[in-house]
Amino acid sequence: MSVSHDISPLIRPRSKILTRFGREVNWGDFIFRRLTALLAALLIAALVAITVAMVRGSAESLAKFGLGFVTAHVWDPVRDVYGALPFIYGTIASSLLALCFAVPISLGVAIFLSELAPAWLRDPVGFLVELLAAVPSVVYGLWGIFVLAPWLRDTVEPLLARTLGFLPLFQGQQRGFGMLAGGIILAIMVTPTISSVSREVLRAVPSSLREGALGLGATPWESVRIAVLPYARSGLIGATILGLGRALGETMAITMVIGNRSEISASLFAPSYTMASVIANEFSEATGSLYLSALAEIGLLLFVVTVLLNIVARLLVWRVGNQPLGGSL
Amino acid sequence: MLSRYARRKLADVVVRSACVIATLIALVPLISVLYYVTVRGIGGINVEFFTELPKPVGESGGGMGNALVGTLKLVFLACAFGIPPGVLAGVYLAEFGESRFGRLVRFSADVMSGVPSITVGIFVYSLVVLQAKHFSAFAGGVALAVLMLPTVTRTTEELLKLVPESLREAALGLGVPKWRATLRVMLRTAAPGIATGVMLAVARVAGETAPLLFTAFSNPFWSSGLNEPTASLPMNIYNYAVSPYEEWHRQAWAAALVLLLLVLLLNISARLLVRSRVGAR
Repeated sequence: MSVSHDISPLIRPRSKILTRFGREVNWGDFIFRRLTALLAALLIAALVAITVAMVRGSAESLAKFGLGFVTAHVWDPVRDVYGALPFIYGTIASSLLALCFAVPISLGVAIFLSELAPAWLRDPVGFLVELLAAVPSVVYGLWGIFVLAPWLRDTVEPLLARTLGFLPLFQGQQRGFGMLAGGIILAIMVTPTISSVSREVLRAVPSSLREGALGLGATPWESVRIAVLPYARSGLIGATILGLGRALGETMAITMVIGNRSEISASLFAPSYTMASVIANEFSEATGSLYLSALAEIGLLLFVVTVLLNIVARLLVWRVGNQPLGGSL
Repeated sequence: MLSRYARRKLADVVVRSACVIATLIALVPLISVLYYVTVRGIGGINVEFFTELPKPVGESGGGMGNALVGTLKLVFLACAFGIPPGVLAGVYLAEFGESRFGRLVRFSADVMSGVPSITVGIFVYSLVVLQAKHFSAFAGGVALAVLMLPTVTRTTEELLKLVPESLREAALGLGVPKWRATLRVMLRTAAPGIATGVMLAVARVAGETAPLLFTAFSNPFWSSGLNEPTASLPMNIYNYAVSPYEEWHRQAWAAALVLLLLVLLLNISARLLVRSRVGAR
């Protein structure tokens, strides 16, 4: 790499200013440092401003319903009564369902890409998995409405009902749109997140651990199981939690396939509603300050939960690569 | 009865195949989405689609010219509001970031990148839309910029840290002030990498819908300037997809194809940019 600029015009006589302690400082450096610091502070300010805006927006609802908001299950804009339980349930259930699909697949992808795949295959396949994250949410939603939901309704759900229909999970009308479709679409969308973070985590595992296991005669899988996974465990849990954070906040695709009905049902075929979906559907049409405030409170809950999950996840991911090797090494 | 060795070998083969199968399963949705968007969208693509306004329900034809222009407007605004502060904040983190303040900034950026985009929508609604009392492209641009900011900041920081210190020392040794050395030598050396990161961030926000719902909103007509509700491709795809009209579904697929091409183009060219740099070394 070459940086072959003529730098002579960059050198000017310096005008100097003094700091409080009498040290000479280049005025350009002085301004530069403060300007960039100001813009860096913008990030902190933005986070604080989001928090303040969310709390202020939901103040009325917080005052009126208090903690009961999260346990009440009636959502009736006409009578101005708001309870968020069905949305909280829908959000948590769809996200956990998504993790059930996405975690094993993502771990498989991450192990394949970091441990097993031949070198020439890693970058192209890794790129394809990342493209999965590049597809806009609304395009997944469109695909969900016209491809995934009909397939679930005509093929998957009848099959599940025939074979496993004795479980309450697989009973009821087969619509295609519902919890199952929501879980699958979320799983598709969080797979790239979980697998790429997991891949980074596995990469951060010292290769001496792998080599040690292989040197003792372990098969490749055994070296992963005995040496790599235990070391990477906290990071892999962190990757999963990051994926969970993504799933909880995902809006468009799931709004388009989950059916948007505020019911709590044991069946995966039944329609449901998530916190993000209710905001997306009702916020711009909400009349009345309490209604808006209740929607903002749902947004606040979502915000607080995702922020906490992110903090925990990042700490866990950060630990891998910064932890000492086991005492025996 | 298998020997112990054969059992271990078998387990190895089983798990390895499971990993390969998992990878294949992960790619099925990508292929399916690309296939359906292409097949169903290609029929709706013609000159009209790029130049005309949407037709009312019941009439066939019409296009999404306004949404295409709207998306470009929003992306332009997001870049204008998001990239300069993001890059300079990243410079701060790379140069002076080892302080308590620096760590707090880094932490805020990481937390912000996990904030759901719909929350950012509500935030910008209360910040901009409530004050102005109407939806606008400006508000949409701010929302997308807020989403971009943490990514741009962290990418800039990471890439600046990769530039060899010797370059800076050479510049400083020639008497260049520190700030010029940073901007003209360090930042310029890291520029292609930063451009890649920025393009990926742009690709990400270009397809965002949730933050536009209550900021840019949508508009069936051409919007002039930046102060009116503005149509965008993602919003139109959403509105058309959930509508009951056959003709609108066709338009939604066509819009999805255009949006997907735009996003994939940004992604692929961003990666090629990196690859060509690596190859040149």
